[in-house]
Amino acid sequence: MAVLVYTENWDGKFKKTSFELVSYANKLAEMFNTNVVALSIGPVSEEELALLGNYGADKIISAAAGQFKILDNKVYVNLISSVAEKENAELIVLSHDNTGKALAPGLSVKLKAGLVSGVVELPSSTDPFTIKKKVFSGNAFARVEVKTGIKVLTLAKNSFEVVEKDGIAQIEALQDEVSQGDITTKVNEVNKQTGKILLTDAEIVVSGGRGMKSPDNWGPIEELAELLGAATACSRPVSDEGWRPHQEHTGQTGKIIAPNLYIAVGISGAIQHLAGVSSSRYIVAINTDKDAPIFEAADYGIVGDAMKVLPQLIQAVKEMKVS
Amino acid sequence: MKIIVCLGVVPDTTTKVKFSGDNKEFDTSGVQWVINPWDELALTRAIQLKEDAGNTVDKVVVITVGSITTEPVIRKALAIGADEAVRIDVAPKDSYEVAFQLSEFLKNEQDQHFVFAGIESSDYNGAAVGGMLAELLGVNSVSSVSGLEIEGEKPRIFRDIDGGVETLEVDIPFVAIVQKGIAIEPRIPAMRGIMMARKKTLNVIPPAGTEAYTGITGFELPEPKPPCKIIESENAKELINLLQNEAKIL
Repeated sequence: MAVLVYTENWDGKFKKTSFELVSYANKLAEMFNTNVVALSIGPVSEEELALLGNYGADKIISAAAGQFKILDNKVYVNLISSVAEKENAELIVLSHDNTGKALAPGLSVKLKAGLVSGVVELPSSTDPFTIKKKVFSGNAFARVEVKTGIKVLTLAKNSFEVVEKDGIAQIEALQDEVSQGDITTKVNEVNKQTGKILLTDAEIVVSGGRGMKSPDNWGPIEELAELLGAATACSRPVSDEGWRPHQEHTGQTGKIIAPNLYIAVGISGAIQHLAGVSSSRYIVAINTDKDAPIFEAADYGIVGDAMKVLPQLIQAVKEMKVS
Repeated sequence: MKIIVCLGVVPDTTTKVKFSGDNKEFDTSGVQWVINPWDELALTRAIQLKEDAGNTVDKVVVITVGSITTEPVIRKALAIGADEAVRIDVAPKDSYEVAFQLSEFLKNEQDQHFVFAGIESSDYNGAAVGGMLAELLGVNSVSSVSGLEIEGEKPRIFRDIDGGVETLEVDIPFVAIVQKGIAIEPRIPAMRGIMMARKKTLNVIPPAGTEAYTGITGFELPEPKPPCKIIESENAKELINLLQNEAKIL
């Protein structure tokens, strides 16, 4: 028996969520008195792979063959499940993000394993296996019992602290000739930001809503974000109006994010918006309407006009950086 | 060619979530039921594709796994523009059971088709049915689909990735697991559509035998948040001080 964790990389570097995941898998393995096997897919350097050992991986399997260069759900599911079988893994853990959502369901069927997505804790009981997950878009939690021998879990972002430890993992390259079936997904074009901070991986997010009044007023939001090393986001009406790209839309039907700090500017805080941001550690609200629901979700609030408040904040951050 | 849209029925997203006294069950009293928001976007896109003469899509079928109480919502899908509906008559216990029932029905589908499924449901947030269905049918899937065009019979897919978007080609059949961007605004049924929906076919199919992999044993609500600390707008700089020295996150 082992715990298998799929650690995703972005351009050869592991994401913060991958370290969260390994830390989580390590505690899970302790509960079951077993080891953590991390699977990395795509080209990642030895040095980067070794980092996973610092978070509790006992063994790292690297599948770097060219056929895994693009995410073909079926090929990836076949690969992960064959590794799971070989390693005798009874617990398979992925991150609850785009990739986890793409792969966990297929793994569940292939391995005849119950799936619990968006788990927020370690299991409260190992037999029966019972675990807590988010439901109703973060407005409640459910305790779920898994009845199958093998289990697949996806871990909600920011729900588990990264724990560093002294560990050295053994790295094993997966044979290149392993065939995982035909690739039926072909990528023709990739449009990817470079150098900018990923919204879903950002520690700080500065987000604008309809209260910004015009797409021309986004300058101060972008300036504040840049000073804070933050990603920018927006509310649904803003992306629907085309003021900002839909990739920035955070909320129930947009991106679900969980940064350390979420600064909502000119966002009233509709329940659907809050569903996408309520897992943030701290929420700051800046809004002209003191009765806006965003203040109920916020830790800190400023009632006032964004175009007057933002320059003050920008100035304050500049001063903070100097001192 | 037809598009089959998997449709979930969920509580309206503005519903105040409450549970039975023992916290074992979701309290459905006073709940308005709606089409799951992502499935509604999938349906909207499917109907747009049917209306577009540049492809061979000529029919949209919606399929739901649920008890008779889901029928008013299925009728709404027909009023928006779906041509036909199928309801598999069982109240499912988990995503696997939903996917299994769908696959048992769809594996007999002879006509060439696309399958659309929303990326998750707004109630149990399983984000699982589309991917499970593909695996059960032995076909591929593409998740995080934020755009889908069909030229003739050939799909062009836009997939959201971290920090961007990819343009893909995928062999059919496959399951498109869709999210925001696939369509912007869901459609609102017109009076004519509502009248026509009454005459459209809604087939009720008995369920296949299966067992759920998981079960919910109880619910809880999150801890209430402490009240918001208000900072005077003239003194906005104080916020940065608090974030740095009180919250210690800057």
